[in-house]
Amino acid sequence: MSAPDLLQPVVSPRARAWRRALRHGGVLFGGAILLAIALVAVFAPLIAPYDPYAQDLSQRLIDPVWGPKGSWAHPLGTDQLGRDYLSRIFYGARISLLIGLSTMCVSGLIGTVMGVAAGYFGGRVDDVVNFVVVTRLSMPVILIALAVVAVAGSSLTVVMAVLGCLLWDRFAVVMRAATRQVRDLEYVTAAEALGMPVRRIVISEILPNVLGALIVVATLEMAHAILLEAALSFLGLGVQPPTPSLGLMVSEGRQVMFFKPWLIAIPGAALFLLVLSINLLGDGLRDVMAPEGRS
Amino acid sequence: MLGFLVRRLALAVLVAFTVSAVSFVLLRASGDVAVAIAGESATEADIAAIRHQYGLDRPLAIQYFDWLGNALSGDLGRSIFFNTPVSDLISERLPVTVAVGALALLFAVTLSVPLGVAAALRPNSPIDHLAMWLAVLGQAMPSFWFALLLVLVLGVWWRLLPISGTGTFAHYIMPAIALGYYATPAIMRLTRAGMIEVLQSDYIRTARAKGLGTGRILFKHALRNAAIPVVALAAVQFGFMLSGSIVIESIFALPGVGHLAWISLQRSDFTVVQGIVLMLAVIYICLAVVADLFNAWLDPRIRVS
Repeated sequence: MSAPDLLQPVVSPRARAWRRALRHGGVLFGGAILLAIALVAVFAPLIAPYDPYAQDLSQRLIDPVWGPKGSWAHPLGTDQLGRDYLSRIFYGARISLLIGLSTMCVSGLIGTVMGVAAGYFGGRVDDVVNFVVVTRLSMPVILIALAVVAVAGSSLTVVMAVLGCLLWDRFAVVMRAATRQVRDLEYVTAAEALGMPVRRIVISEILPNVLGALIVVATLEMAHAILLEAALSFLGLGVQPPTPSLGLMVSEGRQVMFFKPWLIAIPGAALFLLVLSINLLGDGLRDVMAPEGRS
Repeated sequence: MLGFLVRRLALAVLVAFTVSAVSFVLLRASGDVAVAIAGESATEADIAAIRHQYGLDRPLAIQYFDWLGNALSGDLGRSIFFNTPVSDLISERLPVTVAVGALALLFAVTLSVPLGVAAALRPNSPIDHLAMWLAVLGQAMPSFWFALLLVLVLGVWWRLLPISGTGTFAHYIMPAIALGYYATPAIMRLTRAGMIEVLQSDYIRTARAKGLGTGRILFKHALRNAAIPVVALAAVQFGFMLSGSIVIESIFALPGVGHLAWISLQRSDFTVVQGIVLMLAVIYICLAVVADLFNAWLDPRIRVS
């Protein structure tokens, strides 16, 4: 180490990654939008101007504020049942984020256990996990999810459970690759030589070092889950009315979309913005965590 | 190569059987199919009668092997609603779905490969940034929403294209775009990454040193090598498109397999749904095998390991 380096304050790799993240446009932009949407979702009961379920048939299909007959009383207008659209969008963001987070947790747990086991043990375990992943990839996700929801009865909990149990494939693939990279490094060998039990090696040596890859897949899979829930609800086999799911709102607005196009435009745009922000964050984090991959 | 072929095919068959078993059990075990078929106003006796009529009162394993045995001989059972063989229903509608899927893939490839190549030729240029932004935006767009916007803008406002049904080639354009755009970001990124890697290789430098023109280097030497993973990805994406067709076909009222799946789900016609799941899985598995064999044929490293 040359002399000037000694004068520099010591910066850990994690702190350096943080600094890169705070300078990365995608992370900042995506993170800011996502944070704003998350705040709206969490505080929906406080900031929504109306009850999202309250129908008022005298106030049906009011234009949004920029429309010819719009007013600030209903900034985004009302739907066919006279429900305030802005309030329903706020609550819809809540449902989307709830689905995204729960799917991320369930599928993240399943996929991480499988991927880390395959990457750490290799051999027979790896073969089995590989086979399970290939099998899962061969199943048409949308159709299986729709069919299971149709048999089990559609509700928010069923949709969360189904998506959680179906979307772990990318977690398994990425965690397997990340674990294999770490597995043969000196500090893992050292831990094994010290006689550390496998459980502790995995928890204290492997997991902290594959965390970056895990966070990246987790964000991208969250976006995937939100889109799938919206598609299921759009097809009528997801979240059921009158729950304000963004996909369901597009489906309900479809009946009058030729006269009132904003009824599908608004919830779709909200969904698009939410997924876009998560993807920007995920892509950005990938750049930040793997600086050598940037071109 | 023969050993690789045999191993790969054996794996595919094993996967196909596992998928059939898992999806069969998932559909039967996640709720009471008889109750779903009978509907809300059914009595206990109705449900029991349905259970007996469709053999749902037998042990699950027996139901599965019975169904599997028939499926292997091409008999996927009879539709509860149409009362015709499921295999007939599917084969009548498969051409529409495959046509839309093929057009969608064509759309995706013709859009994403040139963009990917252009982006790779000038990394960090405006065209590269444009391509990246298109990829990011495309990946975030919900397909059903995009399809409805297409209907609204191209079909209703500008009256360029018919908004539903089949009949002419024009009927397939919007569904193909709505189905295909979702695959473009992945194909474009892979083309870009592959081209960047290939363009830095020694044989491209040699070709340049020989004095070959840029066009020849690009198409004869670089793109051919960068295309290997892209072809494999495209095959797999085609499989995803077939199962994604359920959303698109229901929006454009295309009489394909996806539409059949959707109406069968609404009518609790589970024999049809089961048949479609199996068929889509088998098609996907075949495509994955073809992609793998194609890769192995082009890249000896894969078939040796």
